[in-house]
Parts: sequence; C-alpha cells; structure tokens
Amino acid sequence: MPLLDARDVYGGYGGMNILNGVDMAIEATEVGVIVGPNGAGKSTMLKAIFGLLSVNQGEILLNGETIHNLPPNKLVQRGMGFVPQEHNVFPSMTVQENLEMGAYLKPDNIKRMLERVYEFFPPLKEKRHQPAGELSGGQRQMVAMGRALMPEPDLLLLDEPTAGLSPLYMNEIFERVKEVNAAGVGILMVEQNAKQALAIADKGFVLAAGQNRFTDTGAALLADPDVAKSFLGG
Amino acid sequence: MNELVFFINNVVIAGSVSGSIYAMGAVGVTLIFSIMRFAHFAHGDMMTFGAFMVLLLTTLFPQAGAAIGIPTPILLMPLAMALTAALAVGIDRTFYKPLRAHGVKPIVMVIASLGVTLMLQGLIRLFAGTGGSSLYVDDRKEIFRLPVPIESVRVPVVITEPQLYLFGLTILSVIGLHLFLSRSRLGKAMRAMSDNPDLAQASGINTNTIVAVTWMLAGGLAAIAGTLLSLDVTFKPDLSFFLLLPIFAAAIVGGVGHPFGAIAGGFVVGFAESLAVFNWSVLLRPFRDSLPEWLELPANLAFVGTEYKIVVPFFILVAILVWRPTGIFKGKVIT
Repeated sequence: MPLLDARDVYGGYGGMNILNGVDMAIEATEVGVIVGPNGAGKSTMLKAIFGLLSVNQGEILLNGETIHNLPPNKLVQRGMGFVPQEHNVFPSMTVQENLEMGAYLKPDNIKRMLERVYEFFPPLKEKRHQPAGELSGGQRQMVAMGRALMPEPDLLLLDEPTAGLSPLYMNEIFERVKEVNAAGVGILMVEQNAKQALAIADKGFVLAAGQNRFTDTGAALLADPDVAKSFLGG
Repeated sequence: MNELVFFINNVVIAGSVSGSIYAMGAVGVTLIFSIMRFAHFAHGDMMTFGAFMVLLLTTLFPQAGAAIGIPTPILLMPLAMALTAALAVGIDRTFYKPLRAHGVKPIVMVIASLGVTLMLQGLIRLFAGTGGSSLYVDDRKEIFRLPVPIESVRVPVVITEPQLYLFGLTILSVIGLHLFLSRSRLGKAMRAMSDNPDLAQASGINTNTIVAVTWMLAGGLAAIAGTLLSLDVTFKPDLSFFLLLPIFAAAIVGGVGHPFGAIAGGFVVGFAESLAVFNWSVLLRPFRDSLPEWLELPANLAFVGTEYKIVVPFFILVAILVWRPTGIFKGKVIT
C-alpha cells in the first residue's frame, strides 16, 4: 500500500479546476519530486493534498485512508507535514519556539524531537534563541522543515524548498531532504531546480496544464530525451 | 523641598496612575489588533463595563469586603473581570465573528466596534443612570498622607488606597502577561498566530481558541483598569470618551501588536499628560529671587490647562504618526 495515493484529482480555487486529473503515488521510503513549467499546477497539487484548496473530483489516500478535503490541522494529526514556499516561519519567535509550535498538537514530542531536529540541522542548535526572522534564507528553510518534522510526520510536503537560495544552500537542503527520507519520512516536493531535484528523486512527476505528462524514476526522467527537450531546457 | 513633594504628587504619582490605566487598556487593544487585525474602538467601554459590574456587585453585596478587611469593590473585582471577559467573548461571537467569517475588510470591523461602543454605553446608562456614582458603597476611600522625614517639608506625599492597588495589580499583570506569552503553550500559540496566522493554522493551532483567549485577556485587563480608575475618581457611563484616545495613542506609540510596547506607551502618554498640565511656576518659585527682574513669574505656568488634558495624547498621536509611524518598538502599523 503506498503512503500517499492521489487518483485522478481535479481541483482548484473556487469552481475553476487547475488540476485536471492528476495521479500521484509514493511509498514511505521514497522521495517524490514534482516538476513542470510555470502554471502546470505543481504547487496547486501540493496544496490540494494538504487540504488548502478544494478537491472537486478524484480521491487522495494517506496510508489507505481518504483524506481529501480534510482541514490542514486534521492532516497534521494524521501524519502529514507541509512547508509552504513563503512565509514559512514565525519571524518574531525564536528558532526553538518555532519548532515547539510545530509540535503544538503533540507536546510530548517536544523534548525528543528538538534533539532530532537539531541533529538534522546543526546550525539551528546554535541559533536556537535567535528570532527566526533574523536568519538567512537557507537557515529559515531549515527552521521551516524542522517545524514540520516536529510532530513526526509520515509524509513531508515541501513547496520549492530551494527557491531563492544560492547553489551551495540548494545542495545542502537536498542533502537534508535525503537524510530526512532515510530516517523514514516520505517526501513529496515541488521544485524549480528540476535537474538537481530529479537527481535525488526516487519518483518524478512531470506535470503540464494540470495533467501528468511523464511519471518515472528520477534517473529515467533525466535520461529521457523527450523530458529533457520539453521540460529541462535541453 | 515642599515644591518637590508637590511635583511628586502631581507628576510622578498622577502620571503613574494614568500610565497604569492606559497601559492595561492599550495592551488589550494591541492584543486584539495582533490577533484579529482591527482597531477595537469599543475597548474603552469594556473598561467602563468592568467598573459597572463592580458597581452592580458592590451594590448587591455591600458588606462582602468588611469580613476580610479589604474594600468590597476590590474583593468583587475578580468576579467583574470574569463577567467582562465573558461579555468580550460574547460580543465577539455575536457581532465580530460573523463578519470575520465573511472575510470583511478591517474597516468594517472598526465600524462594527463603534456600534458596540454605542450599544454598551446605552446599556450601562439604562442601569447606572447618566450621572456619576461612587464605587464605594459601604466602604470609605482610604487616603494616605505620608509625611516626608525632612524638617522643612510640610507637604505630605498623598496616595490613595485604590492607587496602591492599581500599582500592585499593574506590576502583577505585566509579570503575568510576560510569563504567559513567553512560557505557556497557549501564549506562544498566540504570538505564533499574531506572526503568521496561516502557518499557525497549518501547525494545528486552533485559531478559535486563541481568539477567545485574546478576548478574555483583553476583557479582564480592561475590567481591572476601569474599576481602579472609577475607584480613584468616580464611575461615569461615558468614561470611555476620556480613555479611548489615550489608549490608542499608547498602543500606537508602543508599536501596534507589541504588548510590552503598549505598556511603555501607556506610561509615556500618562507622564506626558501630567507633565503638560503641571504648573511649572511652582518649581520655579524657590528661584524667584535669582530670576531677572523683568521676568515676572505667572501664577500658573502649565503647557495646557487641566480641562484640555485630552489634547496631549492627541498631539502625541499625530507626532508619532508623522515621525515614527511604527512606534517605539517596531509594530505592525506599516510593514
């Protein structure tokens, strides 16, 4: 049974559909990467999975249970974590307080998970008493991921985690993503840096106009000349 | 030295009294703004309502305090705080929540709160009448005259019992608020929601609970401030007209959305008021002989007359909006 199983999903804002029948499935051990041109519905798909917009048709299963159209806080309880692309930290609160807020529904986790998050992201431990708003973009992204990891999710959704970061930080974030996945968290992320992201992907989904165009392993998609020509800039 | 004691009585004590009251009102305004993003104009009337509840309860049980030896209004204040907190939550459920659910613009909420102002004032007038009344029903207001242990000083430092309670409760409230916001799970969740409401919701924070807690805190603090002000002066149904401008000025001076800024702002406005109405010729009088002859010391040398005290917060408000619109601490007015 896949960890996440989205079947024939139609959805969007209001009555308009941006997603026109998307299928997506990943296992708990996998890193899934969604790529595609602007306006393909990549972030929309992620938001539909996290209950931030309405799914008008189709179904989404997490661990075999239907979850579509549940509110985000219920999804957090069921083991899903979401890192938005922007505004993903509480800027006036310290790094540690940001992380504590992630475990708001599971206060028993705080002590144990703080240790683990600091293991994943050592720079955060040093800066734990500093307001998150004062950190650099890459460290802020770490805070955002750490916050989402605090309730020990089975599945972590990342919306363009490397947007606006220098190549150095981009590689660092991808490294962390792999480590988090190795620790048993399924990952589904949207990426603009398609080549680098597909390189670490167990499964890649190429979307265009709200539909699946190619679905394969990351390596196979990178090797596919059609994908390369149309979506990866040659 | 007599003049210095006069200064202490009229500026230091008077300024701290108004400062404490404005601070507690401004904290409520700032908390409501940071959670719900609108200026709550009915806040002054929430303060009046708290005092009105004390008046009602004291009239019902005038003897209650005598048994333990504290003034009845003070003894019954916690009950009035609870009732005011309940009223605040009730008003939110009935008037503001449906508007929020429709996603109206903040200005609509502000206008709604003006409506609540008129409604609350009408309601209080209906029961308490239009005139002033004393919150002391059976008790007497204790006034302490503390002689200064210096021989030449004949004027005592004057402080009243409600003022002492006010100072004590202000310090307690500030410490309590600090601990709540920095240590407790709910307090941190409140700051999180103020910082980033969407992310707070995505973290599983129940925003309805936070909204209710905000109203309870703001209502409770408003009740303390309103009661102690009415004890110190007198209870009037239109008290809020003299409170609204200073508490908004205080919240903006401190930087809207900054609870501790609001407290600082409250004291800034309170002291500015008492400094502005203070008769400075009193302090200059001892140096009368050394002043040049052509300079005659007027009998009254104050920046503004006591009756125009309200222009002081107005001036502060204009000045801060022109020169530093984000307030002392960087607030959320302009981001």
